[in-house]
Amino acid sequence: MEQMPLNFPFLAAALLVGIAFFIIIFKRNLIKLIMGIAMMASGVNLFLVALGYRAGGNAPIYTDVPPGPMVFPVPQALTLTSIVISVAVLALMLTMVIRIYRHTGSLDSEKSRRMKG
Amino acid sequence: MRKVVGLIAFLILLGFLVWGVLLIHPFGYPSPAYMDDYIIENAQEETGNNNVVASVVFDYRGFDTLGEATILFTAVTGVLLVLRTLKRKEDGS
Amino acid sequence: MLSKMVRTVANQLIVFIVIFGLYVIAHGQVTPGGGFQGGAVIVSGVVMLLVAFNSKELKKSLRERTLSIMESTGALIFAALAFAGIGTAFFYNLLVGTPIFGHVPPTGANPGDIWTGGVVPLMNLAVGIKVVAGLSAVVLAMALFSSGEEVEE
Repeated sequence: MEQMPLNFPFLAAALLVGIAFFIIIFKRNLIKLIMGIAMMASGVNLFLVALGYRAGGNAPIYTDVPPGPMVFPVPQALTLTSIVISVAVLALMLTMVIRIYRHTGSLDSEKSRRMKG
Repeated sequence: MRKVVGLIAFLILLGFLVWGVLLIHPFGYPSPAYMDDYIIENAQEETGNNNVVASVVFDYRGFDTLGEATILFTAVTGVLLVLRTLKRKEDGS
Repeated sequence: MLSKMVRTVANQLIVFIVIFGLYVIAHGQVTPGGGFQGGAVIVSGVVMLLVAFNSKELKKSLRERTLSIMESTGALIFAALAFAGIGTAFFYNLLVGTPIFGHVPPTGANPGDIWTGGVVPLMNLAVGIKVVAGLSAVVLAMALFSSGEEVEE
């Protein structure tokens, strides 16, 4: 197995984070902002899993495993925790958007900036 | 004005990302990690699991899973608290 | 409420989805899987029922008081299993070698044995119950709020 030119998995993770940052800065619709945050979480999870790969390695499970080295198990455990946390935070954000739409009647983030009484 | 500041911040972050991709280790040949080698060799005798990832999540690093269960519980409580419409009683009680 | 064909197929398919989810939860120490993954499979089955039927119909079967009791029970069992081995350390695996879930597998590649693992299968079950109850309560509350009902206590 020769080395991959240009490190393709790390390039894909950097592209995801970059596009998500562009969406969060320049878009005004609330649903598009939430989609940008979810895309950034996906980019970070991909980067975490791609950090611990050994060339020619197998999955770290001992049931009927073919001979060879194993990949690192600790980054996969951290990615599991990160996915569950992002699901919880996304559910809370969506309920806030439901309440804002019921209260003000529009999904524009510029119309609900000032705090009224 | 706000768009100019946003554009400058986006370009700085893009520079950091490209610099990071060019300087990271080649994909598939990481530096030697002693903690992961110890876990791969000794997980079957100490915990008795065939699945090394499950033994890392629940036994070697169980404290993080306790914190994650607490976050899930708090998020469910928060959602059920926000989406609640109280019945207003007509007679002032 | 969709047409009668969709309702009948959803009624037949929910059995297989729940059985597959329980299989992924129970084999957490032999194959890839575990508590969180199996809980997500069962919640996707509940969402399929929510799409096929009306949310008012589903509220009669899944009361919120039952879901709340299930979630608290799962969290309490997880914390109790963590405190059980406090004599040596926090989160100590004290069931390796004893006759409950205590076999030690031979080192190297082997066909899997379910009766292994120590404390880990019981923790998988507790986390699975917690995830199922919590996420289905969230989905049910969102659907009920959008259709103009009142979420009772």
